[in-house]
Amino acid sequence: MKLVSNFWRKLCKPSNAAVGVVIGMGFVGGILFWGAFNTGMEATNSEAFCASCHEPIVNEIKETIHYSNRSGVRAICSDCHVPHNWADKIVRKVQASKEVFAFVMGNISTEEKFYARRKHLALREWQRMKENDSQECRNCHDFDFMDFSEQGQRSVKQHSTALASGEKTCVDCHKGIAHQLPDMSDVPGWQ
Amino acid sequence: MKQVLIALLVTGALYSLPVQSTEVANIENVNNGGVASLRGITELDTTRKADPMKRVEKDRSPIDRDYVYQPPLIPHQTRHYEVSLNANKCLSCHSWKYAGEMGATKISVTHYQSREGQVLSDVSPRRYFCLQCHVTQADAAPLVENEFKRVDSLR
Ligand code: HEC
Ligand code: HEC
Ligand code: HEC
Ligand code: HEC
Ligand code: HEC
Ligand code: HEC
Repeated sequence: MKLVSNFWRKLCKPSNAAVGVVIGMGFVGGILFWGAFNTGMEATNSEAFCASCHEPIVNEIKETIHYSNRSGVRAICSDCHVPHNWADKIVRKVQASKEVFAFVMGNISTEEKFYARRKHLALREWQRMKENDSQECRNCHDFDFMDFSEQGQRSVKQHSTALASGEKTCVDCHKGIAHQLPDMSDVPGWQ
Repeated sequence: MKQVLIALLVTGALYSLPVQSTEVANIENVNNGGVASLRGITELDTTRKADPMKRVEKDRSPIDRDYVYQPPLIPHQTRHYEVSLNANKCLSCHSWKYAGEMGATKISVTHYQSREGQVLSDVSPRRYFCLQCHVTQADAAPLVENEFKRVDSLR
């Protein structure tokens, strides 16, 4: 106890030299921390990492447009599921710690358990994207640069009305764009 | 030991005889005898080069029908449109509930009829799997000439 209060007093009343050392250490530590933090973030964004818990999903995504298409540009899990916005990113990571807890609890540890819980997870994901106006989609698909003369008639009809007015957002109409769907019987827009 | 070895050699030689003779026969059989198909003549031991993949028409206006009661052809692509126990993507545009909003053709009342002709309150199970009867279009030229003529009323 005495040791702590002594140390505290030293910190409170540092000599001039010590101030420099403390600030310097803080600075270097900060850089190290920042770097490690960022590398950690990058590592946990990789598809293989997600696959370690979401095997069924990674298998079914292979036939969808975001896995293989004419231009060879891919969207990986983290493009759609981790907001690129810095503040949102940290919030999402903290929320994801809850996933690790759910994993330990074995919520989706088998395919059967996953399919049973899928509806619940999908609803949560739609809700999240609805709230951020499908920010992840818009990181790649910018409405301002959509050329309606290049799109199909059906696309133009919806994009120039409900989307342009802001009445609906991408996931309202594009559910199941990257995955197979859960039971949709009571989801608005489906039957 | 020696006897066993000789026995083995003899049986080996006996087995190799018929094998040799069938090999000779096989070389003769490779010739397919000039049988041609719509995809040309290919010898049995060669693999024909695959045709280029057909391109699906992305989106166009409805295609005229050729006979009454024809299931209309699908004038748009249907890639990754899920029709399963869980979801029916087609109905999210073509059902009576959403057709107006999505600017799509309503499915006709026949899609609600049971096998006995009774009208049900929702899409009949026998009409649930749309792609059984309606097909997407590709740029595939017909392999054989088609002499089908439309009925007078549709000409
Ligand atoms: C440690 C195992 C684990 C890893 C690794 C993992 N997840 Fe999850 N994830 C889970 C579990 C378990 C759930 C189910 C949570 C529940 O049941 O509430 C889940 C749920 C989800 C959901 C559903 C939405 C939600 O809010 O629950 C999404 C989206 C998701 N994960 C995306 C990802 C992505 C993208 C990655 C890779 C960056 C990833 N996960 C990596 C275990 C994991
Ligand atoms: C193009 C964007 C996109 C990509 C890429 C994508 N997802 Fe999703 N994901 C979604 C959307 C949208 C939902 C909401 C449910 C739906 O519409 O299918 C979702 C839902 C989920 C769910 C909730 C359960 C479910 O099936 O609905 C999980 C888990 C998930 N994604 C994990 C992943 C993993 C793992 C990957 C990488 C293999 C991935 N996602 C790639 C857009 C995407
Ligand atoms: C990493 C960038 C990226 C992200 C994020 C992304 N997409 Fe895409 N999307 C693409 C690319 C690339 C294509 C295919 C382009 C092509 O046709 O070659 C595509 C194609 C599409 C198509 C066309 C499908 C078709 O069959 O023609 C739709 C619809 C679509 N995306 C919706 C979404 C939605 C909804 C989201 C958000 C949940 C999303 N995308 C997120 C890059 C992305
Ligand atoms: C009101 C409904 C609606 C909304 C909102 C909407 N879309 Fe679409 N979108 C459609 C329809 C309908 C199509 C054409 C059918 C299809 O491809 O399944 C389409 C097609 C597309 C295509 C393919 C275009 C083409 O013709 O090649 C892309 C890419 C796309 N949407 C992206 C988006 C993105 C990104 C958003 C959000 C910024 C969005 N959409 C919001 C209804 C919508
Ligand atoms: C995004 C909405 C949408 C989806 C999903 C969709 N369609 Fe369509 N479909 C349309 C529109 C719009 C038209 C054109 C209507 C017009 O131009 O008159 C159309 C036209 C058609 C027609 C021609 C109707 C006629 O009278 O000639 C058929 C058949 C059809 N669709 C079948 C299907 C099937 C089968 C599926 C599922 C695999 C499907 N559609 C999914 C919007 C959709
Ligand atoms: C057993 C075959 C069969 C199946 C399955 C089927 N249809 Fe049809 N469909 C027809 C026939 C035949 C017609 C034309 C005669 C009629 O209107 O009944 C038709 C007509 C239509 C039309 C045009 C209606 C009009 O008023 O011009 C649309 C749109 C359509 N079908 C969509 C669908 C959709 C969407 C599904 C899946 C939910 C589906 N069909 C399943 C046979 C089928």
